[in-house]
Amino acid sequence: MNRNFEFRKPNSNLKMFLGAGKPPMFGDYEAQRHWQEITFNLPVKQWYFNSSDNNLQYWGLDYPPLTAYHSLLCAYVAKFINPDWIALHTSRGYESQAHKLFMRTTVLIADLLIYIPAVVLYCCCLKDISTKKKIANALCILLYPGLILIDYGHFQYNSVSLGFALWGVLGVSCDWDLLGSLAFCLAINYKQMELYHSLPFFCFLLGKCFKKGLKGKGFVLLVKLACTVVASFVLCWLPFFTEREQTLQVLRRLFPVDRGLFEDKVANIWCSFNVFLKIRDILPRHIQLIMSFCFTFLSLLPACIKLILQPSSKGFKFTLVSCALSFFLFSFQVHEKSILLVSLPVCLVLSEIPFMSTWFLLVSTFSLLPLLLKDELLMPSVVTTMAFFIACVTSFSIFEKTSEEELRLKSFSISVRKYLPCFTFLSRMIQYLFLISVITMVLLTLMTVTLDPPQKLPDLFSVLVCFVSCLNFLFFLVYFNIIIMWDSKSGRNQKKIT
Amino acid sequence: MAALTIAAGTGNWFSALALGVTLLKCLLIPTYHSTDFEVHRNWLAITHSLPISQWYYEATSEWTLDYPPFFAWFEYILSHVAKYFDQEMLNVRNLNYSSSRTLLFQRFSVIFMDVLFVYAVHECCKCIDGKKVGKELTEKPKFILSVLLLWNFGLLIVDHIHFQYNGFLFGLMLLSIARLFQKRHMEGAFLFAVLLHFKHIYLYVAPAYGVYLLRSYCFTANKPDGSIRWNSFSFVRVISLGLVVFLVSALSLGPFLALNQLPQVFSRLFPFKRGLCHAYWAPNFWALYNALDKVLSVIGLKLKFLDPNNIPKASMTSGLVQQFQHTVLPSVTPLATLICTLIAILPSIFCLWFKPQGPRGFLRCLTLCALSSFMFGWHVHEKAILLAVLPMSLLSVQKAGDASIFLILTTTGHYSLFPLLFTAPELPIKILLMLLFTIYSISSLKTLFRQSFTVVTQAGVQWH
Repeated sequence: MNRNFEFRKPNSNLKMFLGAGKPPMFGDYEAQRHWQEITFNLPVKQWYFNSSDNNLQYWGLDYPPLTAYHSLLCAYVAKFINPDWIALHTSRGYESQAHKLFMRTTVLIADLLIYIPAVVLYCCCLKDISTKKKIANALCILLYPGLILIDYGHFQYNSVSLGFALWGVLGVSCDWDLLGSLAFCLAINYKQMELYHSLPFFCFLLGKCFKKGLKGKGFVLLVKLACTVVASFVLCWLPFFTEREQTLQVLRRLFPVDRGLFEDKVANIWCSFNVFLKIRDILPRHIQLIMSFCFTFLSLLPACIKLILQPSSKGFKFTLVSCALSFFLFSFQVHEKSILLVSLPVCLVLSEIPFMSTWFLLVSTFSLLPLLLKDELLMPSVVTTMAFFIACVTSFSIFEKTSEEELRLKSFSISVRKYLPCFTFLSRMIQYLFLISVITMVLLTLMTVTLDPPQKLPDLFSVLVCFVSCLNFLFFLVYFNIIIMWDSKSGRNQKKIT
Repeated sequence: MAALTIAAGTGNWFSALALGVTLLKCLLIPTYHSTDFEVHRNWLAITHSLPISQWYYEATSEWTLDYPPFFAWFEYILSHVAKYFDQEMLNVRNLNYSSSRTLLFQRFSVIFMDVLFVYAVHECCKCIDGKKVGKELTEKPKFILSVLLLWNFGLLIVDHIHFQYNGFLFGLMLLSIARLFQKRHMEGAFLFAVLLHFKHIYLYVAPAYGVYLLRSYCFTANKPDGSIRWNSFSFVRVISLGLVVFLVSALSLGPFLALNQLPQVFSRLFPFKRGLCHAYWAPNFWALYNALDKVLSVIGLKLKFLDPNNIPKASMTSGLVQQFQHTVLPSVTPLATLICTLIAILPSIFCLWFKPQGPRGFLRCLTLCALSSFMFGWHVHEKAILLAVLPMSLLSVQKAGDASIFLILTTTGHYSLFPLLFTAPELPIKILLMLLFTIYSISSLKTLFRQSFTVVTQAGVQWH
């Protein structure tokens, strides 16, 4: 019997170590506890409305209904263990060892039930890779520091929405289109930020329908998909569709358009631009909306059109990356945690371009630095980042895969060499950029931790972190778009040669 | 970039394992720590602030210095690094002082000293002959041994959660074993002598060392049938061994001999007033003995054989460390435990003397000595089970029979360590880690020996 037993999988206990001994964050931790209180004690009609019992200013519910149902489920368990945890009004700011253990366990259970099986199944379905490499791939994805730190250190349930999205990707890639789209609708109904991934899903499925022929099977598929989507939305929003005011109020809570172009420091274009030119204060609100809308869609249009015309599983994954990245960089009211929406698709292409993916995932963790420092998670973030880096380097030998062909840039550089024959230094240039990027990140981390910012510029270090991350992300946006646009040409060339 | 490739990219799995477990230890820094944390902080303070003459007399804190002098010197050296972290921890009067910097320093010192343990494991792996059982890296005995030792659950929770310095001490022991395997007996003896003066609990296994060195090193040759050849006795070797032990002891106890403090030091090192069982019972024979005594006394009371006024009030399970009289069964004295231990180790010592089987036989004898002392010793801590588990790991990757015994020993031994961590946040950690380690050890050893079963049966050899 050929047993291939696993590399030790430290994923779960790693996460519990982060939980143990951390002080409960008064922010998202209290928000989640509060939502359990609200959903358990109040009727559904009052969940999203301001009332004497439900003060929306104090961590009001601002995620779609599935989060609310999840909180309700957790509340039932909490009631069984200790009703004081969710007593209306009196449980505000409740802190105890047992409650901390309970909340962390809910995150772990959600992870175990939804995210981890999706990752394992995804890695099993990868083609042309040995079993050992599949396990190593799964380990690296699960060790991604950003998700571990945000979910277990900062406290959130991102693994649920990302897990559902991953089930969606899995379903759609394996031609189980209906199940895939159902899973993705669940993801959107859990966290509205998953809309960042919606365009690629739409384009890919539309492309598939076109390929099957709009007069026959394609049309049937289109209708079935539309019904699935509508049905899943109706099911999730059922209690809120009864009155128009309910639906509108929920939408208002989900999309707070009057909050402004960005809040706090985030590694996107607008925040970085704001350093030089205070656009947030100069331009009126509706112009900001239109501007971000235009930039976002202009940057993701080429990849999406290509996906509709040539739907392929590989192209779909890369388009997920570039779309999510475009949204992150140019969209309205982006939070720094939204980088996780880009990191998940990048994890999926880890086996294809290990060097660039590892680099991106390191930068994405670095961009979360101000948030992590605020939560006193410096040691866990350093440890998990190092563990992740070591895992990637040993599993994929990333430093040996920096040739042009490995980076999928061969066809691009061939095209450029038609006009510039001396363009042979792409691979070396990228290696140098990597070195510069890593050195900058390490230096900035050291500076932020050891030095105090000057009095006139108290946010200096967080702004610098955001700015550097933003530059990195722009580079990645260009890179991933190049890969997508030049992809089919390489495929055609290879067919000619063989 | 090249150095990183060499270190990790080309598949140096040992460094990856060592680095991985070090990162794990860093994550365990903020977890619960026991009173042993305060014990070591106190010793840092004592050795730093007081002159040597006061070290074994100082009693401001209840946690007095009760390890041999080398450990005291070790704490002294540490204290000179500690003063850059937090000067306040070195004040003897600062009882229970545990600022975040103190915690960081102490935890990092344990993690740092584990370097010696990593080196010792590396040396032990060299002594394992990698039978060609599998081409897969994860099925090689060296890999399995490294994981079983580096990621040992018991050592992790005792050192990095409960807080102790067992890592580098076990490193010294494993290194001396490795040297004996490599026929560098003098180094092995020297390392063991040094180890004894760091922590005298290793006296448990001293008989094995003594007998093995005498029999297999001082007698340079055997008769053809394996029995002893008396005229091959080498005086030079005996004297050099003796000299090594004497010099090490002189270095350690010399200053205290000069100060006429030896009786005090010994009374600190061997506190027989502490009672038959530790505050939390080690799962040894005396625990069963005490339990039987309790059961009999309860039955006796019910059946009116005993007079309630004669029963002592203090309970053995109260968590106090004190002497206790048994009610029904005869009370046990330290001498009685010593005799029981000696009787228990006699068979293995006899085997080691009359039928030496080289270093592997020595290792078996060592494990048996450790186990016997654990079972019958006076005032045994449950952490002492690690003394048997770690050497047994070396045996387990080489023979199937040893592997099955090892699995039973390690699983029960690790489970018996559970009461050490009784706080709520540590509950999921200890359960998850224990499960992972147990599952890994069972599956890896099963795969390792299933392959060798196949090879041997294919060769047509009878396998029972």
